[in-house]
Amino acid sequence: MTLDKVKRGNRVRIMKIDNADLKTQAIRIGIYEGATFLCSEILPGGPIILQNRLQELAVGRGLAEDIEVEGV
Amino acid sequence: MSSCHNSINVDYNNIKEKKLILVGNPNVGKSIFFNYLTGIYVDVSNFPGTTVDISTGKYKDFTVMDTPGVYGVSSFNDEETVARDVILQGDLILNVVDSVHLDRDLFLTKQLIDMGKPVIVALNMMDELQKNGITIDVEQLEQLLGVPVIPTAASKGKGMEDVLRSLSEARQGIRDRKLAERIRNISVCGCNEAEALMILEDDEIIAQRYGMDTAGLRDEIYINRRKAVEDICNKILKESSKGASFSIVLGRWMLKPVTGIPMLALTLYLMYKIIGIFVAGTVVGFTEETLMEGIYRPFILSLLSPIINESSFFGRILIGEFGVLTMVPVYIIGLLLPLIIGFYLLMAFLEDSGYLPRIAALVDRMLISIGLNGKAIIPIILGFGCVTMATMTTRILGTKREKIIATILLGLAIPCSAQLGVIMGLISELDMIYVLIYGVVILAVFVIAGTVLNKLMPGESSKLLIDLPTIRMPLLGNVLKKTFQKTVMFLKEAVPLFIYGAVLISILEYTDALASIQSWMSPITENLLRLPPETATAFIMGIIRRDFGAAGLTSIAMTQKQVLVSLIVMTLFVPCIAAILVIFKERGKKDALLIWLGSFAVAFITGGLVAWLI
Repeated sequence: MTLDKVKRGNRVRIMKIDNADLKTQAIRIGIYEGATFLCSEILPGGPIILQNRLQELAVGRGLAEDIEVEGV
Repeated sequence: MSSCHNSINVDYNNIKEKKLILVGNPNVGKSIFFNYLTGIYVDVSNFPGTTVDISTGKYKDFTVMDTPGVYGVSSFNDEETVARDVILQGDLILNVVDSVHLDRDLFLTKQLIDMGKPVIVALNMMDELQKNGITIDVEQLEQLLGVPVIPTAASKGKGMEDVLRSLSEARQGIRDRKLAERIRNISVCGCNEAEALMILEDDEIIAQRYGMDTAGLRDEIYINRRKAVEDICNKILKESSKGASFSIVLGRWMLKPVTGIPMLALTLYLMYKIIGIFVAGTVVGFTEETLMEGIYRPFILSLLSPIINESSFFGRILIGEFGVLTMVPVYIIGLLLPLIIGFYLLMAFLEDSGYLPRIAALVDRMLISIGLNGKAIIPIILGFGCVTMATMTTRILGTKREKIIATILLGLAIPCSAQLGVIMGLISELDMIYVLIYGVVILAVFVIAGTVLNKLMPGESSKLLIDLPTIRMPLLGNVLKKTFQKTVMFLKEAVPLFIYGAVLISILEYTDALASIQSWMSPITENLLRLPPETATAFIMGIIRRDFGAAGLTSIAMTQKQVLVSLIVMTLFVPCIAAILVIFKERGKKDALLIWLGSFAVAFITGGLVAWLI
């Protein structure tokens, strides 16, 4: 499943990031293959908010479609 | 008009003392440490070849240098390139870390350690960490990193002395064994270990310096470093069941559309009250009318008119209607400066409070359909202050495609504060229905232009990926410092543009070219827009100076419909000569010419449509 399909409150593990341009920057701010996050908020039609402890990240929907995840 | 900078460039390579470099992610309180170390004798200068400012100061035998906030050392943008070059020359690194965002910040810390530089870590914002019910095992963190870690709460002045005392204990930290070996292999070729790491991480510029190919290992090294950070965090962080603090809850409300949209509306309304009413009305009323028009202009005229004939060529250029010594200072000091300071103050406040990234996330969806992402909300908001300033800010956008789309939309459909002043004056006389039509037409042009550009332009816009910092009360000192730096930068870049513009117009006027443009335009205004011929003059003048445009329009007898058409046309023009020049500077001759002429075409076609349809 891709990240844009995740439901609010679910925990996910990142499996694959299919966007070469953003992959490196994603790794640096904490989104890398193997990382787990809580999907703490979904803006309708908009970005997915990922949370790890106190850190929160907004991932644009277009990018979320390129991120393969599995439920944890 | 070329892209040269007039600021003083410092040769950073020639500094003799040991260099202490402050490094950290954005908004971790780095500048408090910088101010604490260096006191008031600080030198802010432009980093060669970029638009990034670097603060330099002294502490004991050290030259202390601040760097822009970055998430890692590499060269994804101007800030990072500057940070990288400063760090590479450093003798000692003071890494400021936000303890609330340890997982995010330790990536940079580990990277600095991998560079082989002596590092000391200031574990900042420890007070907030406790509020959120989290504890950090500092001793264990120190052992795992291999460098001194000092807990601080800089905004409360706690732990600062400990940092000073421990500076001498900074040392090289613990590196991954395999990575350390790779670094040693590379550094045989004459580069130092920090540069070797950059080459391993595919930094093309550093690799070229040593005539080497990049290693193609970036993703591998990054992922290993990330995993090491996650490992450390799992070992040293303990969460209690205390639950989220108020700032976390507030941050969540700002994001959720149900609560976020009303909060955004309220914020924009307050901004309008502060800038639109107080700054643009009260403050500018004083600075422009009383100070500059009332005192300055008569003074400079009485001083120079005995020496130079005002109607001579040089007289026109210096002290004429659009003179370099008359119009330019009145416009910049009287009108622009208060507005620019006001806008930068509010933006710095929103930025430091952590609200701005949440606004970007909230509006992301709306901006995607016009080929932008949430980040573009920053230049759009600034555009209501000054389109020249906003066009410079399009530099923060990810791709050339987004920069072009944002530049076009700013020039076309975002009325700057000067235009808004004219519009407000004229629109207040109109019936409600015309006011509505005006609003709908401008919004429609914005949306349609963005959508069409998004469809037509090749390539793809970048997607939103943004860190949402904790909501915090901004520190006044930081907000003021940021505002000051940005205002100075704006003036450095914009003042020459206003001077060129003023000279250009004076020449056009002196050679009567202005009059011929006006008479050449009048068939369009009469036949297409169905407006009185004199409006052509008002349009031309409106581009030059808003009050001339306004005075021009109010003195012409027009029906309500004609006022509506002229307002629409005037809004859709690129607002002023400085904005036109900054578009040329940022976008290059060919694109800028297309954008400029395009805005005329759209303005006349839209105006014509409204004139014939209503």
